[in-house]
Amino acid sequence: MINTNRLSGASGDRIDRTRILRFTFDGTEYTGHPGDTLASALLANGVLGYGPSIYADRPRGVVSAGTEEPNALVRLRAPQQATMLPATTVELVDGLVADSLSGIGRLDASERVPGADTLCDKKYVHADVVVIGAGPAGLAAAAVAARSGARVLVAEERRELGGALLDARAEQIDGAAAADWIKQQGRQLLEAPETRVLTSSTVVGYYDHNYLLIAQRNPDASGIAQRLWHVRAKQVIIATGAHERPIVFADNDRPGIMLAGAVRRYLNRFAVLPGRRAVVFTSSDSAYDTALDLLAAGGEVSALVDARPEPPQVLVDSVRDAGAEVITGSAVVGTHGAQRITGVRVAPIDADGAITGAVRELDCDLLAVGGGWSPVVHLYGQAGGQLRWDDCAAAFVPAEPVTASRQVIGAARGTFDLAGCVAQGQCAGAKAATEAGYRVAAPAAPEVRGAPRPSRPRQLWLVPGETADPADWTTHFVDLQRDATVRDVWRAVGTGMVSVEHVKRYTTISTGADQGKTSGVNAIGVLAEALGQASIGDVGTTTFRPPYTPVTFSLLAGRDRAELSDPVRTTPIHSWHVEHGALFENVGQWKRPWYYPLHGEDMEQAVLRECRAARTGVAMQDASTLGKIEIVGPDAPEFLNRIYTNGFAKLAVGSARYGLQCKADGMVFDDGVSLRLAEDRYLMTTTTGNAAAVLDWLEEWLQTEWPDLAVHCTSVTEQWSTVAVVGPDSRDVIARLAPDLDVSAAAFPFMAHRETTLASGIPARICRISFSGELAFEVNVASWFGLALWEQVYAAGADYGITPYGTETMHVLRAEKGFPIVGQDTDGTVTPDDLGMGWAIAKHKDFIGKRSFARPDTARTNRKQLVGLLPLDPDEVLPEGAALVEPPVQLNPPVPMLGHVTSSYRSAVLDRGFALALIESGRARIGEVVHAPLGERTVPARVTKPVFYDEEGNRRDGR
Amino acid sequence: MMVAETAALRRSPLAHREAEFAELGQLVPRVSLREEPFLTQVNLRVHPGSPALARIERELGLTLPGRPNTVARVADGSSTALGSLTALGSLTALWLGPDEWLIVAPDGLAAELTERLAAALDGSLGSAVDVSANRTTLLLAGASARAVLESGCAVDLHPRAFGSGDCVQTMLARAQVVLWQLDDRPSYRILVRGSFADYLADWLSATIRTEGKSR
Repeated sequence: MINTNRLSGASGDRIDRTRILRFTFDGTEYTGHPGDTLASALLANGVLGYGPSIYADRPRGVVSAGTEEPNALVRLRAPQQATMLPATTVELVDGLVADSLSGIGRLDASERVPGADTLCDKKYVHADVVVIGAGPAGLAAAAVAARSGARVLVAEERRELGGALLDARAEQIDGAAAADWIKQQGRQLLEAPETRVLTSSTVVGYYDHNYLLIAQRNPDASGIAQRLWHVRAKQVIIATGAHERPIVFADNDRPGIMLAGAVRRYLNRFAVLPGRRAVVFTSSDSAYDTALDLLAAGGEVSALVDARPEPPQVLVDSVRDAGAEVITGSAVVGTHGAQRITGVRVAPIDADGAITGAVRELDCDLLAVGGGWSPVVHLYGQAGGQLRWDDCAAAFVPAEPVTASRQVIGAARGTFDLAGCVAQGQCAGAKAATEAGYRVAAPAAPEVRGAPRPSRPRQLWLVPGETADPADWTTHFVDLQRDATVRDVWRAVGTGMVSVEHVKRYTTISTGADQGKTSGVNAIGVLAEALGQASIGDVGTTTFRPPYTPVTFSLLAGRDRAELSDPVRTTPIHSWHVEHGALFENVGQWKRPWYYPLHGEDMEQAVLRECRAARTGVAMQDASTLGKIEIVGPDAPEFLNRIYTNGFAKLAVGSARYGLQCKADGMVFDDGVSLRLAEDRYLMTTTTGNAAAVLDWLEEWLQTEWPDLAVHCTSVTEQWSTVAVVGPDSRDVIARLAPDLDVSAAAFPFMAHRETTLASGIPARICRISFSGELAFEVNVASWFGLALWEQVYAAGADYGITPYGTETMHVLRAEKGFPIVGQDTDGTVTPDDLGMGWAIAKHKDFIGKRSFARPDTARTNRKQLVGLLPLDPDEVLPEGAALVEPPVQLNPPVPMLGHVTSSYRSAVLDRGFALALIESGRARIGEVVHAPLGERTVPARVTKPVFYDEEGNRRDGR
Repeated sequence: MMVAETAALRRSPLAHREAEFAELGQLVPRVSLREEPFLTQVNLRVHPGSPALARIERELGLTLPGRPNTVARVADGSSTALGSLTALGSLTALWLGPDEWLIVAPDGLAAELTERLAAALDGSLGSAVDVSANRTTLLLAGASARAVLESGCAVDLHPRAFGSGDCVQTMLARAQVVLWQLDDRPSYRILVRGSFADYLADWLSATIRTEGKSR
């Protein structure tokens, strides 16, 4: 396999011919070298065509040599899967496999290459000075800043430092060849201890206060495909260079039509001759270098066509002396060819761009087009910077290139001469470091040779068609990736649009993956002509938004995927649950045992067994996840009185009370039991999912409304591990566990708590609290004793057949008693009275939400109220969430709804299905039958009180 | 003091990963990770500038740090009113907020410490709550320790910004932690709630492995 278009041993190129890399493109094997991109290696093999265009299905070829590429999109299959990548940015590696793409890229999980994971990670760093882009301006800036000792970070999109300087041949800085100067600057950066250089790294986002996101490809960690750097910078220097613009003319999309600067880059950096016989078409100076370099490399140049009637004579002479024709005041007005360009039509144009003379035909297999340079102002724009049109540079340039913490330099600022770029870079580097607190002076500007200051370009966006009206120019492509043409722009204007933002959305110009990097300014130029505007600057630009280049979701996710996608919180007893076959339920981030099936049991059987144990014997549950907050201070009683709807100030030390918390709107927010530990000390428990929200809520009131209250809150959720011991036999188990404690009903009444030392020596706080209606205890120990406590309870209850139970059984037991679960039976629109808990609303004190109870809507009697439901068929278990209607309502929408089922289970003690529901005027409907329409069938159920079991509370004290 | 047989009943959140951490250290010698279980931790709330604070400082024999995100420390064996405590090891106060500190001491001192703090508060506004079992502590140390943390912590940990004796409440990956740099090796203590400990150990382990592979 021979790289037919590879130049032999040209000096100064950046490829390593000593190593050969094999790769496959569209099923064919090729070779390339380290230093190649996929695009340069393919060009070296004579391949320049990619997938056809998305809508017009026209052949397309590579246009550029960088991120601005609109056509050469590929799907990568190895070394990792990725899609919609410009071949111009894919660094060639051995074994690479890629296919060309047309339109939308897709990834197929089944084709994932084993071992080639796309794991990404992140880094968070801070810097004094960040330099974006390591071309001549950025390198000069970084080298000076690095010298100051400041923390400098350089992000360069390409594999190597040097930027456009690597595309050049003749330039010299301070007597050194460009490549040597780059090496020298790079060495200075490496030697500065606080300077970090990231190559193959694109700054994709520039956010407030100099916060940058940098996407790094192939970081130096094996197994990591990409790394996302989060960087906070004191000073930012934007040295992102410029993108060359194409020119819009008839059939300007044929393969073989490339940007002149890209041709030069392929020649000099990659030693690839993209075509044998070229025409160069330009409106500015830089393309003359392309013509000269093509000729020097042995290529043929049929002609250089300059739209300017009088280009600089020295340039014209240089090309003529090298042996090529220069045609001035003319333009390419059309092209020939199918899979590749075969010739161009050239005609003279006047100052208004109109064709004024006869057309000449020229043969070629390459058309190098230079329509001027657009500063890469995307990041500056993202940061909120405004642009202005610069007539001399023929470009949108930053209106405010220097602010207190940000500088734009070099070509990104519209400075297109090398000497200017280097000098500007040195000054910017010194200023940035100094402002960041590391004083350094800019060195004397170096002498630059071989890079004359460019003369004024001609502002030419559009070469007219040879016939017809602009509205019929359907092959004058403005945006190659979106297949949008001059006709599309004229149509948009024809509908009455004048704003570039509207025209962008109507035509889809600049909305492709390339975000219009090559098409944006031309689109504005074409629009300006369509609108009859004198200057493109009057039209303005569209908005620059992150990301600058496409970013994969896997990069944004980093390590937060699969088992690390969200923290899994476990209790100290978790390992026991796992060993004993528990299935788990997610409660927020917690894993809680759901139920513990014995061999062969399904969920229903397991839950019925667990429920029976709690009602007839003894059962135990890990209740460690409940939120716990210690509330301390002389005003703690008053504070709790204001937080809870019911009273807590008079609660005796050693006692506990259930309470409801409402938000200011009077709706239930949380519930739980609080213990009074001392005169000035309470322990509040909250629901598992609400622990953090309740602490925030308490702090909000303490800090913003009641700073006068002498109270402090401390989260102790995980200080304590809690085991609930439930059932008529629980007293015996506790007596064995805590022999020092008098557990008789008289000495240890319901809603009391006691400090004790267990038989094992573990200090514990035991409460008599019941969430099931049965005699029950909750044993609290320091969480590091949690597992030991659980095992001790299990052992103490062994001969009672103590049964571990999970959240499902807990739900059934509490539902049988009509105890609501906040967040399941409530949804933020439910008052305490709606729950039938009017008894918990204190009359003679103020508390959060109290005033809302006087609102007519809160006080009306037909609110949805929590009631019980018994399906007429006892085997029926209604689905939670089922809508309820009043029979005999017709089920034609809109169907008036009475409410919905909030909780529904099968009960062991009732031996039937039962449910809780929120139903309009529910308490007044007790005894009535409502319907739950379930698709094909309708289930009737009778409304009942929400308490299904032991309404008198006889079981609370046990046998 | 903890009764010996009771102490044996304790299980720290990461006890089951001790061998894994040791293995990780073999694999990636530039960084070591281990759990420091059962440190005494007492959350102290007291108004800055109050007489109660002065009494506490006298009792502890150290000035509570007033500068945000710093620690103050009573070295081993210093003679203070808490002599019997500090004889057993160092006592450190971490600034958590304008009126909030975390007192960290060796295992087994929680009861005495909370008692003495309560006595020093003497009924004034303030609170001292034992939170020793609320969090466990990871010790991450070695040349690559900062690089590991930088993979998941947005705080500036460069030596110019964060050094020995600095602490911060922040997120490490997706877990809330108190991060505290002990020395310039550097060694960091990461205080994390027990329920998050396994998640954080998973994350640290994966990140350390990647760090070990970086060239």
